[in-house]
Amino acid sequence: MNHPLEKYLRMEVFPSPFCSGCGHGILLSAVLRAIDGLGYSMDDMLFVSGIGCAAWIPSPHFAADTLHTTHGRAVAFATGAKLQNPNLKVMVISGDGDIAAIGGNHLIHAARRNIDLTVICANNSVYGMTGGQLAPTTPLECFTSTSPSGNTEPPFDLCKLVEGAGAGYVARFTVAHIHMLIKSIKAALEYEGFSFIEAVSPCPTQFGRMNAVPSPVDLINMLKKDFVSMAKYNKMPLEERGSLKPIGEFVKPDVRKSKAG
Amino acid sequence: MKYTTETIPSALKPGDYFMMGDEASAEGAVAAGCRFFAGYPITPTSELMVHIVKRFEEVGGKFIQMEDEIGSVGAMVGASWAGGKVMTATSGPGLSLMMENIGYAAMTETPMVIVDIQRAGPSTGQATRPGSGDILQVKYGSHGDYEIIALSPWSVQEMYDLTIEAFNLAEAYRAPVFLLADEGVGHLRENFTVKGEVEVYHRPKAKGLPPFDTGDEDMIPPMPAFGEGEKLLITGSTHDEWGYRKTQVSAVHDRLVKRLVNKIRVNAGKIHRWEAHFIEDIEYLVVAYGISARAALKTVMDLRKEGIKIGLWRPITIWPFPEEALKEAAEGVKAVIVPEMNHGQLVREVERHLSVPVHPIAQVDGEIMRPETIDIRYLILDI
Repeated sequence: MNHPLEKYLRMEVFPSPFCSGCGHGILLSAVLRAIDGLGYSMDDMLFVSGIGCAAWIPSPHFAADTLHTTHGRAVAFATGAKLQNPNLKVMVISGDGDIAAIGGNHLIHAARRNIDLTVICANNSVYGMTGGQLAPTTPLECFTSTSPSGNTEPPFDLCKLVEGAGAGYVARFTVAHIHMLIKSIKAALEYEGFSFIEAVSPCPTQFGRMNAVPSPVDLINMLKKDFVSMAKYNKMPLEERGSLKPIGEFVKPDVRKSKAG
Repeated sequence: MKYTTETIPSALKPGDYFMMGDEASAEGAVAAGCRFFAGYPITPTSELMVHIVKRFEEVGGKFIQMEDEIGSVGAMVGASWAGGKVMTATSGPGLSLMMENIGYAAMTETPMVIVDIQRAGPSTGQATRPGSGDILQVKYGSHGDYEIIALSPWSVQEMYDLTIEAFNLAEAYRAPVFLLADEGVGHLRENFTVKGEVEVYHRPKAKGLPPFDTGDEDMIPPMPAFGEGEKLLITGSTHDEWGYRKTQVSAVHDRLVKRLVNKIRVNAGKIHRWEAHFIEDIEYLVVAYGISARAALKTVMDLRKEGIKIGLWRPITIWPFPEEALKEAAEGVKAVIVPEMNHGQLVREVERHLSVPVHPIAQVDGEIMRPETIDIRYLILDI
């Protein structure tokens, strides 16, 4: 019996290039489950990605039109494709270094334009493919190959950044919250405007090993512990929040409308 | 695979128009069927973008002012693969920013037209003044080996005509094509003529064929668009004929890079355009292009009145360089003179193909080339 998602995949390219314990395989599956749940045809989809591990989620795995671009520019390439052919459903899937560091300018401007793109940023807090360097999403004090004494730079809160830039749908989930993540990807795809999901995904090879959490299972359990629902997070006294981070849909179309009204 | 051609009525009513070069280029784009423009403001090129926005509102085109020039070329690649004929326009600093994505366009064989209205560099340089300092950058600016096409207009008429030609070449050869003008021509205002009909080319198309190498002799594969069910795999990484990344396979990289280069080189004879003035029975030859060629023509005509046997050869196609035509024009001359508004760029190409003495006249002060600057009587006495 074939796997139910095989029809969305180029099976000839498997096994996937991702390391053991990488969260990107879970994200790959979440994206396809969302598309399957919505009943979209892959022939209507265009997947755009930049450079890095996460950019390989759609290219070459997805049996659809895929555009694997230069480093950081996926959102700009996607903008042109969507503008030229508005019938395409365009999704960008790329990593935190690609989307938030070198590509940060394109991200905020696409959010400002509220152009109808869905951007999924697979955030593993590190440059995985190039050898575990510091990213603008690396938490304070964490060790990377370019912060051997611990990171001294505060990281971006990507969701707040994109919300501030004007995106119509903004959410954060982790690959350890799979059902919520799938539901969020569906909501993002259905939203006609700029939607952004920060999908937190663990990197045992480059991040876990440097930070004394080499086990993929421990990393997944950490995600479950460190990320709490927005409702719970908002009710917590500030001193209890510590390094916890909220997950949830921070900007939704109806919420935004009521804010504006 | 061969492109298809179509003769369509001109977007403008046939007749004579008085415009700036930048505006005439925008008209050429509209005439050629360009309906997508992504750009970023820059002197001395902004007039082109401003004009095309106005025209797109009339004819129904897609315009986006991007956050930078990097994004402009990115958006053009996306739009070109979505089926559009796409354009941007810039000048030196913007061109430098575009270079990585131009290499991507060459690697992925994405048709696009980039207008470069050259100003005096390096860096910010003299934003409002002319230069020809990007001659080598357009060809060598991105890393790795590839070929592009670059055309050099010397009049407002050519800003219009060669923009149409640039789109046709981009479609025919699936490559980035530059309209490599200078501020002198870009801001020049003069009459140009619009004919009743325009011949436009469309990129080769076919269902179910590999979009990155069909083994055809002309080396141009067909180019489907997004949304046509072809499940396209497009990547700037080394790829096989279907677009699968093959970054560890030497033979695939070798074949791909050689084809990217050779698809322009083997077709160079069909791409080359040049113009010769008074080259019968000459002893001296001036090689000039862009606004400098207008000054050179005046010098040549004045010197001929004095009995000096001198002619002008003007490459219209700068890249691939029309070397055979140059060799023919320079046959038997005593010396060749190459005036340029840079510190000597195309002169290297001229020297490379000729065995006679080649004298550069390099002007880098941001002034327009004047006929008296090319006065070569002292040179002739030396020789």
